[in-house]
Amino acid sequence: MSVQTWTWILVGVTFALYFGIAIWARAGSTKEFYVAGGGVSPLANGMATAADWMSAASFISMAGIISFSGYDGSVYLMGWTGGYVLLALLLAPYLRKFGKFTVPDFIGDRYYSNTARTVAVICALIVSFTYVAGQMRGVGIVFSQFLQVPIYWGVIIGMAVVLTFALLGGMKGITYTQVAQYCVLIFAFMVPAFFISMQMTGNIIPQIGMGGTVEGGEFLLDKLDKLHVELGFSEYTSGKKSTWDVFAITLALMTGTAGLPHVIVRFFTVPKVKDARKSAGYALLLIAILYTTAPAIAVFSRTNLIETVSNTSYSEIPEWFKNWEDTGLIAWADKNGDGKIQYVAGSALEGKKPVYTDARGVSGERMVSNASEAKNELYVDRDIMVLANPEIANLPNWVIALVAAGGLAAALSTAAGLLLVISTSISHDLIKKQLKPNISDKGELTAARVSIFVAILIAGYFGINPPGFVAAVVALAFGLAAASFFPAIILGIFDKRMNSQGAISGMVVGIVLMLFYMMKFKLNMFGGGTSEDWWFKTSPEGFGTICMLVNVVISLVVSRMTPAPPQEVQDMVESIRIPSGAGEASDH
Amino acid sequence: MSNKQQHASAYWKENIKYLVILLLVWFVVSFGCGILFREELDTIRLGGFKLGFWFAQQGSIYVFVILIFVYVRLMNKLDKKYGYDE
Repeated sequence: MSVQTWTWILVGVTFALYFGIAIWARAGSTKEFYVAGGGVSPLANGMATAADWMSAASFISMAGIISFSGYDGSVYLMGWTGGYVLLALLLAPYLRKFGKFTVPDFIGDRYYSNTARTVAVICALIVSFTYVAGQMRGVGIVFSQFLQVPIYWGVIIGMAVVLTFALLGGMKGITYTQVAQYCVLIFAFMVPAFFISMQMTGNIIPQIGMGGTVEGGEFLLDKLDKLHVELGFSEYTSGKKSTWDVFAITLALMTGTAGLPHVIVRFFTVPKVKDARKSAGYALLLIAILYTTAPAIAVFSRTNLIETVSNTSYSEIPEWFKNWEDTGLIAWADKNGDGKIQYVAGSALEGKKPVYTDARGVSGERMVSNASEAKNELYVDRDIMVLANPEIANLPNWVIALVAAGGLAAALSTAAGLLLVISTSISHDLIKKQLKPNISDKGELTAARVSIFVAILIAGYFGINPPGFVAAVVALAFGLAAASFFPAIILGIFDKRMNSQGAISGMVVGIVLMLFYMMKFKLNMFGGGTSEDWWFKTSPEGFGTICMLVNVVISLVVSRMTPAPPQEVQDMVESIRIPSGAGEASDH
Repeated sequence: MSNKQQHASAYWKENIKYLVILLLVWFVVSFGCGILFREELDTIRLGGFKLGFWFAQQGSIYVFVILIFVYVRLMNKLDKKYGYDE
């Protein structure tokens, strides 16, 4: 059977499964809608958290990014997993004991202030929207690539699907759909990895194969380092970012992960404090399966790619190269006219993406109009490392189709989780808690459904017409979360003396500073600047670390200059430190 | 201070002690072995891996998982000791 047929079958079967689950797990009350009724088992919650967490970016792009950046890619591996340690040890159990629906709820109550609540809602919306816009784009790209439809149709199909299970089931429907999606995505990620590891190193476990030997008895990583140096790249296992920047980015990603509202909210869905701890453990274990496989895939596919294309003449290139050239993810400009592909360090093109002309070159390649002066002749989109990996390694058609189903599961589950946070922030934290406190349970549920609908339209719009800044700022959603929520929550639990003045000024300064830095260095506003102008030699990706520290210092100083929080708040802090008597996640 | 409160603050103190130790390990394997001392560790090899590189890309993640489950065990024991488990 062809790849196309397999794709339709696998995508169809998995979607039928998600819909079936969404219908089975319909939500009837706000409690079911927001926290799935609070009765999810730790393992199921761990799986849902893992699926929620692993987005299209983790599934499709991460291995590719690592593949091209080698050691520097470690920031994502450590950053996106290490945050779970912080989450499990410093946040999850206490927030579960606190027992409310949302992060702004915690901030609002802990800091006895609707101003704090509003600041938190705004931060949650900024973080979630930057993140979800990127996801919808991801959904569109995956659909369009595998179902051969234009990207905007891909986005629309994705919107319809997410909307169905989010509207029907709320958190309850989403939780159980995500459990299924986790299974699909991890299976889809691992199968090709097993095959390729076996092929290249003779060891079926990719994590071990990565450190194994290839034909000729040489260690795979040594071989790759050598290839990299020969072609003029920096050594794969050393990278080229400064140690400080690697440090700052990793810390920003870790604290950002722990501060992301759609991840935190998952720990409200389990019955007990004990379960919240355990569930964070399961979540990380399940995430680690993918995150330790990704660097292995990165090494395999990098070596495979270099060996296959380097100095190969275009007429002998395998079929996949031309297929992906057709979809615009590969471009080759024969600069020295020898008909062979020279792949060396340097950018093959002026600008980021190939601009194709309609013409074909002498060898039959697609011509580009923006070839650069550099010697390098090959442009490869890094997403190809996961998407095309099975083809590059000559795996059977059903494996290729499986990757499509997995990518969709990853993108959809994350988009659904984020939309739920957005709708909860609006219906619960804004409408119920501030604008219209007497709203009935049913009215609030309707408001939640309406806001999901509106949120998805906005997210879909940005998915179809991505403003240039989306791609630039998605990675910075972590910096924003690190700069705003993380300190406010941690201090709220561990510093009894922390008061509303301290927390609010910390959050505001933190997020404004981060937004300013993003705009200046990522979007070139306020005069822009290059890496030479970075403050404290810190990249925008790592700047969240600085903002977080600034937030903490300001919070501490301001809180000590203003009155202590009221006694009942101090008692509340005492009580969330004790795990027993958590009760159900409740409204009041 | 009432008995109950003393009990609670003793529990909290032990909890903080665990947190400090576990977070120290967290910091050492990731920021220490994977970043700050990577170059020194890279001179040591673990099969095909340079040790610092291995910590940065795999080792620290394994340790993170273990850390959380150790924490779960320690806290469950602590809850029992102070009668807070349910």
